[in-house]
Amino acid sequence: MAVIEREPIELSKGWEIMEKGITKLKNILEEKDEPQFSSEGYMKLYTLIYDMCIQKAPHDYSQQLYHKYRETFEEYISSTVLPSLKDKHDEFLLRELVKRWSNHKIMVRWMSRFFHYLDRYYIARRSIPGLKVVGLACFKEKVYAILNEKVRDAVISLIDQEREGVQIDRALLKNVIDIFVEIGMGKMECYEDFEAAMLKDTAAYYSRKSSNWIFEDSCPGYMLKLEECLKREKERVAHYLHSSSETKLIEIVQQELLTEQVFVRKTIELHDKYLAYAEGSFKNHSLFHKALKEAYEVLFNKIVAGSSSAELLATFCDNILKKGGSTEKLSDEAIEETLEKVVKLLAYISDKDLFAEFFRKKLARRLLFDYSANDEHERSVLLKLKQQYGRQYTSKMEGMVTDLAFARENQNHFKEYLSSNPHLNPGMDLTVTVLTTGFWPSYKSSDHKLPAEMVKCVEVFREFYQTRLQHRKLTWIYSLGSCVIKGMFDSKSLELSLTTYQASALLLFNESDSLSYQELKSQLDLSDDDLKRVLHSLACAKYKILNKDPNTRTISPTDVFEFNAKFTDRMRRIKVPLPPVDEKKEVVADVDKDRRFAVDASIVRIMKSRKVLGYQALVMECVEQLSRMFKPDVKVIKKRIEDLINREYLERDRENPNLFRYLA
Amino acid sequence: MFRKTKSKKSDAAAAGAAAPTPKPAAASTTVGHWRPVPVNPVENLFNSYANKSTKEIDPEGIESLCSDLKINHTDVRILILAWKMQAKRQGFFTLQEWKTGMSSLHSETLPNLNSALTQLEKDIRKLSSSSDFVDFYTFSFNYCISEERQKGVDVESVCLLLQLILGGGGDKIVGKQKSWVEYLVRFLKEQTDTKVITLDQWMGFYRFCNEISFPDMKNYDAADAWPWILDDFVDWMGQNFRS
Repeated sequence: MAVIEREPIELSKGWEIMEKGITKLKNILEEKDEPQFSSEGYMKLYTLIYDMCIQKAPHDYSQQLYHKYRETFEEYISSTVLPSLKDKHDEFLLRELVKRWSNHKIMVRWMSRFFHYLDRYYIARRSIPGLKVVGLACFKEKVYAILNEKVRDAVISLIDQEREGVQIDRALLKNVIDIFVEIGMGKMECYEDFEAAMLKDTAAYYSRKSSNWIFEDSCPGYMLKLEECLKREKERVAHYLHSSSETKLIEIVQQELLTEQVFVRKTIELHDKYLAYAEGSFKNHSLFHKALKEAYEVLFNKIVAGSSSAELLATFCDNILKKGGSTEKLSDEAIEETLEKVVKLLAYISDKDLFAEFFRKKLARRLLFDYSANDEHERSVLLKLKQQYGRQYTSKMEGMVTDLAFARENQNHFKEYLSSNPHLNPGMDLTVTVLTTGFWPSYKSSDHKLPAEMVKCVEVFREFYQTRLQHRKLTWIYSLGSCVIKGMFDSKSLELSLTTYQASALLLFNESDSLSYQELKSQLDLSDDDLKRVLHSLACAKYKILNKDPNTRTISPTDVFEFNAKFTDRMRRIKVPLPPVDEKKEVVADVDKDRRFAVDASIVRIMKSRKVLGYQALVMECVEQLSRMFKPDVKVIKKRIEDLINREYLERDRENPNLFRYLA
Repeated sequence: MFRKTKSKKSDAAAAGAAAPTPKPAAASTTVGHWRPVPVNPVENLFNSYANKSTKEIDPEGIESLCSDLKINHTDVRILILAWKMQAKRQGFFTLQEWKTGMSSLHSETLPNLNSALTQLEKDIRKLSSSSDFVDFYTFSFNYCISEERQKGVDVESVCLLLQLILGGGGDKIVGKQKSWVEYLVRFLKEQTDTKVITLDQWMGFYRFCNEISFPDMKNYDAADAWPWILDDFVDWMGQNFRS
């Protein structure tokens, strides 16, 4: 029997034939006048690939064909797909994208049929990505990666238009959002990226709305609007968003529309209304004033959406007093009037100390980070609080405001000092705000290791401060520091506005190309909590200044980091935000501690004057004394009495255990 | 003893057992002197257990004493002995304390001491509301405090003490106390709010066990100044055992 040895097919020859088939496929996709593939034509291409893969080496072209397969998509995308999308915007961009994605899927289907033999042997043996995955990934890498922000913005803007009552093409949105889901190939990351941006916009949208509606609508009117919005957002999810977004979306709408702004504004409004009734219709009868007071005490000592009214009122004040707050357009008189009313409402709150602590924390942020909109309003609200609740209530806060004025003066002296001692100049600008311990909330002064450049700054300032005030001890709180550094990236240099922690982490990459989590931890000497927050902000958030291996969204102690030289941004200067830690727990713990001291002091005061007193009477007097600031819990009082017995300030009577004696 | 007492058995115990009857060692060396030193059996007994260099009975000496008395070192009778001596430091008896204790127990020898302690335990349990008992109960708590500035006793030791003093005996008269102690100890071991019990709380336990009816607690009044831990105990009883 004779075996006919066929000549092997050369790659270039074979590929020439393949290209003809591919061009036909492209023509079909471009809707050019091209007949469909006959089964014969398709079989011919499949067989060609098969033949080129089973030829003996060196004529086995499997590997080359695998690469050509990918290159075919890449070439098509750069020559045809991207140009068609490039100049389109908004809805037109979305339509084109939907068409292109649907074409791409068709192309992948046909191409993977032609090259099918690769999937069966070459790919399976090497366990490398299969044809379908490679094909779809091309679109993700070459189209989605470039256009996703533009597409995302277009989708979001359509959603906002619909919120404003414009009729939009919901089917189109549904198709675009399906792309986000499909392109993740089983993972939801792309959709989640979109979702995050969409939720952020939703929050901004409703925050704008709520600040308008608050002035336009009555309380019931506002609530009806809220209900309508919730209904519409639910419909939106049903029509074109992924079902997983529903709870998040609803939560955001509620959060924005039911803020402390609404709560406090509406409460003020109602209070004005009833006060007018009490004063007018009821001829200022004391009974009605009493009823009003009682009603408000009940209302204010309820907890709204997980926050106490003390916290809500403090946040409300913060919003009024900070830069870019939601009430920026209010006139000075209106702000003064609102603050005046808030201070009055505070009278109904039993936890005045809790309000003070929240207010102080927020005041500290406004002062230290220069968020305060107007110095006069700050002073005026403190004055109002002082007039109403006494000097002691505001003494710390006034101290803080004064500290800041001193700090500015001190900074000028420091500048003069440096200009008269130029040899001491550390080579970078340094601003130090010296605060008085005790006035300010307590901040962590960790052992964080600063980079050498910054250590020099600290030394210079320390020396300067010694020349002015010799016996003061300076404790540095790096956790509050901020820093501007210049990042030399491949495409351009960027100014990065960072916290001190972030900056010292980045500066370490001047010395090493890559650093592990553990190396960073030991070189920076930060707690795991702090370090994770810092690294997350630099490697996993909006600006990816560091590359992380493995490239996941959370920081783990086994990660390795390297400087991302390819990073760039449209802006010349970017601020890399470090999410603030939730301070609520801290405030509550601080207030609890202060309360224990206050109860102790009150018991000792009472017992010192009474010498011998029954338990019930002691509790009553103590509650009475403290109720100006807060409503002490009876159990706390009992515990403090027992503690004072143990510390031998008091003793329990031997005969009558309900009787206490003061021990001088 | 019941706490922090090192149990070095073998050697010390053997040494103690070898000297059940004291030898008048001091007297023999003074023979021939113009005045004989009087033999003091109480002091001799002390010396036979005392550490030769510190001149005190230390934990090892107490081990030997216990084994000669044929009682366990965690027996309440040792605590009663310490109380009668008004001992200051847990695990140690000075000569002065020893003398005080022996004279108030009217004992000079070990058999005397043994029967006096056994009798006293019975008497005390019978009169568990007497001021004598309160004195003993108070002493027991303070005796556990080893350091000057210590302001309480850890929960674990308190549980052992409660069981030893209020939970033992099996006498009918102390039946109520005994029932309360069982639950109180369970509660104290379960709760996590405190690790240390103060004297005021300790005295509160005693009043509670004596006064409050078991198990209905119908004469307990939450408005009284019961230590807060007992308020918590009552809540706990309500949650776990309300039928």
